[in-house]
Amino acid sequence: MARYEIFVTYKKGIFDPPGATAERALANLGYEEVGSVKIGKYVQLEVADGPNALTRVREMCDKLLANPVIEDYRIQSDEKDW
Amino acid sequence: MKFGVVIFPGSNCEQDVIHATRSLGYDSEFIWHGDTDISGFDAIVLPGGFSYGDYIRCGAVARFSPVMAEVIRFAEKGGPVIGICNGFQILCEAHMLPGALLRNSGLKFLCETVPLRVEKSVCQWVDLPADTVVRIPINHNEGNYICDAETLARLEANGQIVLRYCEADGTRNPAGSAPNGALDDIAGICNERGNVFGLMPHPERVCDPDASGTDGRPFFTTIVEKLALVGGSR
Repeated sequence: MARYEIFVTYKKGIFDPPGATAERALANLGYEEVGSVKIGKYVQLEVADGPNALTRVREMCDKLLANPVIEDYRIQSDEKDW
Repeated sequence: MKFGVVIFPGSNCEQDVIHATRSLGYDSEFIWHGDTDISGFDAIVLPGGFSYGDYIRCGAVARFSPVMAEVIRFAEKGGPVIGICNGFQILCEAHMLPGALLRNSGLKFLCETVPLRVEKSVCQWVDLPADTVVRIPINHNEGNYICDAETLARLEANGQIVLRYCEADGTRNPAGSAPNGALDDIAGICNERGNVFGLMPHPERVCDPDASGTDGRPFFTTIVEKLALVGGSR
């Protein structure tokens, strides 16, 4: 089994209301060094090893875990970043 | 003429659609999301609610319900499909309509009756004159429509923008009239052919004058009249 971690965030240019709210809140708390905040989703998958494992995980992201119209995703597996 | 109202796990407006359509004198029945036979229905309604708990994204899981493959086939043959609120979200997730629905810009769940302006469009579900103002309730947390600039230009050029949020007098506030922050005040769009229609407001809730009003009626009567002109069941 391999563990895949998936980070889903809004595409550049898509307004992220929770992120914008956190950004304002951090500014109100005096953290003026914060340039921007983006809030996304984190998914953990345990997947049986196989020759097409990564391709299939990408497919899962494109089909279900992320919406390519509005979101980007990054897959990370066992310290190794793709 | 028979409406089919799909029930996904977590749908909660299916009874309202059944009540609205039956009170208008039409036959309408539920379709379970696991069904794969939708023959015998002339129009399909994807109702509002919280299908699959809105998990992952609103409509993201419902899109893969067994019935959806049939709904897509039905629409490709020209069959009329309307998605209301969560139904609109499902149509976008299924790529039956372009764009996506994000969380409301103000982060608030919105539940209010709002004025909407009918635009000149190719939508088969609506034939109200352009600029007619109707008042219909909205009831959602993710109604903030978005698409890229190219898609927006295409929607506009093809007459696919059906409904826009507006002020009470039908004008649009230059700062935006959409309570949810929707791009270009978009409340409802259709596909190029005009048979697939998605909207955030709930027309089924304003069909029974004893309950609320009648501004929603045309959103169900128009398609019946059009189907009668075409003739027969699909």
